[in-house]
Amino acid sequence: MTSREHGGRFVRRVTDRLVRAPEQQDDLWESVQLARHAERPYTLDYIARLCTDFEELHGDRLYGDDPAMVAGIGRFHDAPVVFIGQQKGRDTQERTYRNFGMAGPEGYRKAMRVMDLAERLGIPVVTLIDTPGAFPGAGAEERGQGGAISRSIQAMWRLTVPTVAVVIGEGSSGGALGLGVADRVLMLENATYSVISPEGGSAILWRDAGKARLAAQAFKPTAANCYRWGVVDVVVPEPAGGAHTDHDEAAGIVDQYLHRALTDLGSIPAADRRRQRRERFRRLGPLRDPEGGIGMASGRESPPPG
Amino acid sequence: MSRVGRNITVSIDRLRQLAHRADRPRRLAADERSCPRCDSHYSGDEMQRNLRVCPACGHHFPVTAHERLEQLGEPGGYVELWPELRAADPLEFTDLKPYAVRIREAEAQTGLGEAIVCAELEVRHIPVVAAIMDFTFMGGSMGAVVGEKFARACDHAAQRGLPLVVLAASGGARMQEGVLALMQMAKTVIALDTLADAGMPVIVVLAHPTTGGVWASFASLGDVTYAEPGALIAFSGPRVIEQTTRETLPADFGRAERQLANGQVDAVVDRRELAERIGRVLHILDRPETAPQSSQPKQWAQEGAERVGRVAQSLPGLPRRVMERMRPGPGPGPGNGTE
Repeated sequence: MTSREHGGRFVRRVTDRLVRAPEQQDDLWESVQLARHAERPYTLDYIARLCTDFEELHGDRLYGDDPAMVAGIGRFHDAPVVFIGQQKGRDTQERTYRNFGMAGPEGYRKAMRVMDLAERLGIPVVTLIDTPGAFPGAGAEERGQGGAISRSIQAMWRLTVPTVAVVIGEGSSGGALGLGVADRVLMLENATYSVISPEGGSAILWRDAGKARLAAQAFKPTAANCYRWGVVDVVVPEPAGGAHTDHDEAAGIVDQYLHRALTDLGSIPAADRRRQRRERFRRLGPLRDPEGGIGMASGRESPPPG
Repeated sequence: MSRVGRNITVSIDRLRQLAHRADRPRRLAADERSCPRCDSHYSGDEMQRNLRVCPACGHHFPVTAHERLEQLGEPGGYVELWPELRAADPLEFTDLKPYAVRIREAEAQTGLGEAIVCAELEVRHIPVVAAIMDFTFMGGSMGAVVGEKFARACDHAAQRGLPLVVLAASGGARMQEGVLALMQMAKTVIALDTLADAGMPVIVVLAHPTTGGVWASFASLGDVTYAEPGALIAFSGPRVIEQTTRETLPADFGRAERQLANGQVDAVVDRRELAERIGRVLHILDRPETAPQSSQPKQWAQEGAERVGRVAQSLPGLPRRVMERMRPGPGPGPGNGTE
């Protein structure tokens, strides 16, 4: 079974409807604005509604605690689940405290530490992705931002427990992927997922930070496109008008999809789950092989060199 | 931007010009040039002999992937793997130019198919699989082809039971492939575990620059990690950090020497000593084929050898020469100097 078949006919029908609609949007900048809407539910808003009880855990046990990354153990559908996600703030004070959802190495090391807890106790891991990127700061660099992200990717890939990632808002750069290597990747209808924020891409490719709108158009970071490319498995619908209009309803829908994904994953033997996870990421990214025409990257064993 | 950074950018432009002009684009033409750091002059031949390190001040110039392979292995003694793979354009991406045009230009300018060259070669007589990035091909950026070739190199090394030598030189994920370029970070990190499962080491060398999604994926996961002098090693580059945080960065921010002090690399190694150093560490890690993998086979082997010895002694008719050969050892175990 491929991950694409996940969720059965209902999910696919909803997903098909969702991925057709945004195609009509001619201005992807609006999608970016919606994904960043200040009233959009953030990680802790979802956790509060998904869990009947939640205990937040703090600190990476190495250096400090990063408020841009929250992690903890929660009760979800009468079972323990580990939740990890970047956290943004709503007012100026909280935004500063949460560092605009840009985690440093301590954030990723806290994530790894809690993934380790999940693995030891056999608890599924759910990540909620919402970040403009990992924090670009001198201190973060000196404490190993690059290695913290690569090791977070590695730690998440190595988990034998079921894992689900949900892109709930903005998913940009390695800072997002640090929590993204899951068995199932879900993405909210109005969320974005991209290699870099439109502002960052604009500064690099156009050498002009003011071309973010053009960059958004070029990166095509919508859920519809990510689904088409196979980067996400399921597009989760939002309340009419967007998740910011009704947090309870938005969380209610996420709840259904998350529960379905975890139930489905629970029935797959751990070894198969891990093999499927590897193949899922191995397939991503089309390339041209002059001998074999245009195709996706190999899914399994490498062909012999020649 | 620091003085060193600006100068290196200039020299890469120069390298591109030279590569464009040359008949054999992978090799730089021999001509007069001067070091941007110390202004001393030398010929292109002298430069190549000195592995593109300034003989006067030790400034490390950029090196193309094929020249790297020649520096690390025996001259011409490598077999390139999967050279046929080429980038697709899934986003139909256009910034200042269409991505498809950028790829064609990069191919023409560098003579390469992509920003990574994988090969089998011997480093100081040790066979290895090498994955060498080339900064002259679109800033060494990682798209689907770089990710796939790197992953295949891991699989291939694991299957062949060979170590992997990685040379990173990259601005990061390739923007023009969007979120699919981001996914190559996951692909490469996952592929490294194929090697780990096979018990094969990964030696990573960080050249100037190693930044963004390449530093935040396979390049920071080496078993042993060396950096070339002066190489910029960072997730976010100095310009982005200064713009975002308004911090004033030290002149040596992210440079190899500082990253050594930060605990991010094992050593800063001069390019002229690199092959020797890699060879040495692979020699240290080399497990003799007869070496026992665990205590149980060791015990079994020892008992077996002793039994053979006893049998030999109980056969009086055998010539002395044969009996000598059937005695326990040499090999692991007591009596031959190893414990």
